[in-house]
Amino acid sequence: MTDSTTMLEELASREYEHGFVTDIEQETFPPGLDEDVVRAISAKKNEPDWLTQWRLKAFRHWQTMEEPTWPKVDYDPIDYQAISYFAAPKKLLESLDEVDPEILATYKKLGIPLDEQKALAGVAVDAVFDSVSVATTYKDKLAEEGIIFCSFSEAVQDHPDLIRKYLGSVVPHTDNFFAALNSAVFSDGSFVYIPKGVRCPMELSTYFRINAPNTGQFERTLIVADEDAHVSYLEGCTAPQRDENQLHAAVVELVALDRAKIKYSTVQNWYPGDKETGVGGIFNFVTKRGICGEESKISWTQVETGSAITWKYPSVILKGDHSVGEFYSVALTAGRQQADTGTKMVHLGKNTRSTIISKGISAGKGQNSYRGLVKVAKGADNARNFSQCDSMLIGSECGAHTFPYIEIRNPSAQMEHEATTSKIGEDQIFYCNQRGISTEDAVSMIVNGFCKEVFKELPMEFAVEAQKLLGVSLEGSVG
Amino acid sequence: MLELKNLHVAIGGNEILKGIDLKINAGEVHAIMGPNGSGKSTLASVLAGREEYEVTSGEVLFQGENLLDLDAETRAREGLFLAFQYPVEIPGVGNTYFLRTALNAIREHRGQPPLDAIDFLQLVREKADIVKLDPALLKRAVNEGFSGGEKKRNEIFHMAVLEPRLAILDETDSGLDIDALRIVSEGVNSLRSPERSFIVITHYQRLLDHIIPDSVHVLKDGRIVESGGRELALELEARGYDWLDSDPALEAAR
Repeated sequence: MTDSTTMLEELASREYEHGFVTDIEQETFPPGLDEDVVRAISAKKNEPDWLTQWRLKAFRHWQTMEEPTWPKVDYDPIDYQAISYFAAPKKLLESLDEVDPEILATYKKLGIPLDEQKALAGVAVDAVFDSVSVATTYKDKLAEEGIIFCSFSEAVQDHPDLIRKYLGSVVPHTDNFFAALNSAVFSDGSFVYIPKGVRCPMELSTYFRINAPNTGQFERTLIVADEDAHVSYLEGCTAPQRDENQLHAAVVELVALDRAKIKYSTVQNWYPGDKETGVGGIFNFVTKRGICGEESKISWTQVETGSAITWKYPSVILKGDHSVGEFYSVALTAGRQQADTGTKMVHLGKNTRSTIISKGISAGKGQNSYRGLVKVAKGADNARNFSQCDSMLIGSECGAHTFPYIEIRNPSAQMEHEATTSKIGEDQIFYCNQRGISTEDAVSMIVNGFCKEVFKELPMEFAVEAQKLLGVSLEGSVG
Repeated sequence: MLELKNLHVAIGGNEILKGIDLKINAGEVHAIMGPNGSGKSTLASVLAGREEYEVTSGEVLFQGENLLDLDAETRAREGLFLAFQYPVEIPGVGNTYFLRTALNAIREHRGQPPLDAIDFLQLVREKADIVKLDPALLKRAVNEGFSGGEKKRNEIFHMAVLEPRLAILDETDSGLDIDALRIVSEGVNSLRSPERSFIVITHYQRLLDHIIPDSVHVLKDGRIVESGGRELALELEARGYDWLDSDPALEAAR
């Protein structure tokens, strides 16, 4: 082992920076899950009967399902009865002024832009504190354009028709184990509706934060871009340090109607667990999917640096002719982190196109798998896909795996698949050192170079944040 | 500038350098020649601070300081530069960005403020011109997809920007055609100054037609077996290295 190795190891062993806990009175359900709990959640949120029934249907279906074992991740069985399914700050507030100063202080520590400065930066924030949204900003400004951007609970009250029409239309409650669970017990999340022909004037942003012990976080996000509408949505998260594994099973549904464009960007930094044992990290089992109308486009960009386990396949159903799906991903696993992530591109319409760029970085004892499916249906004439899956290994104790699946039922399809695996070499680091660049800067430079194609898809501020995050997450893992 | 005293270096338990003594004054150009496997590149690597080489005995003074106590980046910041025999590719990292990071790290070490983007760009254009570097290569990733000649030229370009006090050129002439050799040599010559020293490692005399050395040393089997002026290089060209083989008189004379 060399000095640079030791240095990198020191860097990788840095403490998780966002591991503080906010002390705030919580109203939390006791652990356990049955129909009564599902009903209670629904009642708590004052939901209409159809939604209560929808949740119950999902719950009953979930009980018939089994947790998937095919992902290449390894964890102790989850006791779903040991989890509490609802936590909310006690009172609901009207404006920011009424928000608990402690919560605001937490947001400040995280650098969440709730203030006017950030408004000037063009970011509207719907901040989710545990399960209930406590603050929403710039709604008025968006409302002028007819844009709806609010918490999911509010949308259920104020826009029930839209919710009823689109909820579960992309990810049905029967879809998979975690999506079914989410459908039964989802707490809150965001809802976005962009009316016909409207281009959302700013990037919409939601920050998530898990904050109650033993409370599963079940976010539900629904974004509908009506015909010819455009929207760019940012999702970013940090979580405080915990000793017990925290289950996060979110569902995100995107609906892009004809000629609409949705760009969904994520920077994920959930607590990854103790770097030696993996204890305490978040389990991130997420279902994200979008559906495209004619000539529409859905683009997923994700930077995954956190969580003990990531299980996530943001996908696009290319239903409309000439629609386009994109997936740009950076997934980093260090310490004991495991990630099984990728995408599904389902080509149903004619002349549909998809692009997949996946960059996996494994360091420490991290395990990183790309799992992707490109499916071309019988009627999808002239479908085209380009896939590129690159893996980078840092050190000798980590792993990178690629599972690309291709199912083609139409002979006119054109598929391209490229894959590479590389290792950060001592040679590269020495070359940088010899030019006066420190090992720490060299690694972050090399890794950021590797991820460039994905970072350039991120909105500017996010790209900067993502680069920093990668640097921090990698600290200590080269060997 | 640089003084090697009885330097012994091993890698994986094999001794490669078996007692090197060498003194280089400011402003001098020393050529090191020798057959394959004689330890030329080991010498370059160990001076630059590559960690897999183990210094088993001896010392190296650089500007009066013990060089071997410094890590590679500190040596670079103190003004030691190695033009690599095989320059390394760094995909996705722009050549200009890389060089600016390097220059500002060196400037910081010297207590100078970082160069801003505009001043840096001007400097880069100026220096790129010296080695006739295709401006397109400034925008590309470091050495990625560069031809052999472009990589070598890029090394000299890095040297021109970083302005080291001691530059070691490790077989910079290998893989260069005649024109490229001339351009690279002109680049090096333009950087010669009374404050800057060079170690030029090469197999061939032809480089020394362009870069005129003050001294020539022959490295063989880990030892300097002959030192002389420029005429030694010409003699080697004519007679090869074999005449220096196991010459007991010469060994005894040392």
